[in-house]
Amino acid sequence: MAGIKVFGHAASISTRRVLLTLHEKNLDFELVHVDLKDGEHKTESFLSHNPFGKVPAFEDGDLKLFESRAITQYIAHRYEGQGTNLLQPDSKNLAQYAIMAMGMQVEAHQFDPLASKLAWEHVFKLIYGLTTDQAVVAEEEAKLAKVLDVYEARLKEFKYLAGDTFTLTDLHHIPAVQYLLETPTKKLFTERPHVNKWVAEITKRPASQKILQ
Amino acid sequence: MASIKVHGVPMSTATMRVLAALYEKELEFELIPVDMRAGAHKQEPFLSLNPFGQIPALQDGDLTLFESRAITEYIGDEYSEKGEKLMCPGCNKVKALTKVWLNVEGQQFDPIASKIAFERIFKGMFGMTTDPAAVQELEGKLVRVLDIYEARLSKSEFLACDCFTLADLHHLPVIHYLMGTDSKALFESRPKVCEWVKKITARPAWAKVVDLQKQ
Repeated sequence: MAGIKVFGHAASISTRRVLLTLHEKNLDFELVHVDLKDGEHKTESFLSHNPFGKVPAFEDGDLKLFESRAITQYIAHRYEGQGTNLLQPDSKNLAQYAIMAMGMQVEAHQFDPLASKLAWEHVFKLIYGLTTDQAVVAEEEAKLAKVLDVYEARLKEFKYLAGDTFTLTDLHHIPAVQYLLETPTKKLFTERPHVNKWVAEITKRPASQKILQ
Repeated sequence: MASIKVHGVPMSTATMRVLAALYEKELEFELIPVDMRAGAHKQEPFLSLNPFGQIPALQDGDLTLFESRAITEYIGDEYSEKGEKLMCPGCNKVKALTKVWLNVEGQQFDPIASKIAFERIFKGMFGMTTDPAAVQELEGKLVRVLDIYEARLSKSEFLACDCFTLADLHHLPVIHYLMGTDSKALFESRPKVCEWVKKITARPAWAKVVDLQKQ
């Protein structure tokens, strides 16, 4: 049995999205390290896993996938019966599912573009010997503040983004949030009480701690 | 009276995405215009439908949704027995491949292609000028994505599998706009991509969406 393989980098936000899901589900897997600094993700060998040359790529037996949010959704459905339930409590309720799907789109289109830019400026640029552009930081933080105002209103009504239970919608945010909490951008989260509480909840989960090791 | 209401405008790519899905499913709906010029999408009552202040929003009975790609997925699931099937038939593994290409459209294609459409078309509508350097840089990125599409469509009739799915549909609005500009050359110069564009834009449901723009 070939089992589950993740081709990625343990520090990458998108790879971590997948690792989190596997840990939440208590699934065994092999992380095959892709050396991003060396450009391994642009080699022919990696491109056969993901033609877009981005980590992560994924295998489960003979199924090959890429795009972290497609991978996490596959895992959540395929292994629905085990570990943490990452779907809505009634997985057959289509209205509830749609609300979770909506939250996943919000993460992908409203939150992540800003959060990733900020993580790049504050964290990853330094690893590559580049300097943070404070003007970009200010601009992106202003936009992120508006997004988090919407989250604050939402989390006043519900414990988690898609309702009262932890789902993929929350999980998809965790890797970027973890990075931003180590930067000055942290204040955008801590100064909003319900967002702050949600952040504390999702980052203290055992799976969330595992990916930091 | 239609139980499905779409709040948006026929010119908006995201609204068109939803309208395409509704027409494919042969569903009755009411399109409620949102006065974008007056900034209605950034105020109440629209913000109660979508707190991010973007069109479209959809109401189906007492369910309210926003984010066009979540709306189309809901339409595909809730009305799976009506009209065209918009997901690959099959088990988890087949559905997973559809999700891959849905994410490709949302994460790899759209961020680049919609910026080109903005530069070439929408800027002009708002009295701004196209930035040719920006267009060139964006097209440089788009061709790399389209090369991957060309390889994919050499192995599969549509992006996710051999049937038309939401993964193809989601591309229609932006492709529609780009095909009316010089950027169309990028699609036309790649035989499999060109064939795929012709197939998906020829669908009767899509023609109905384009018709709405003319009204």
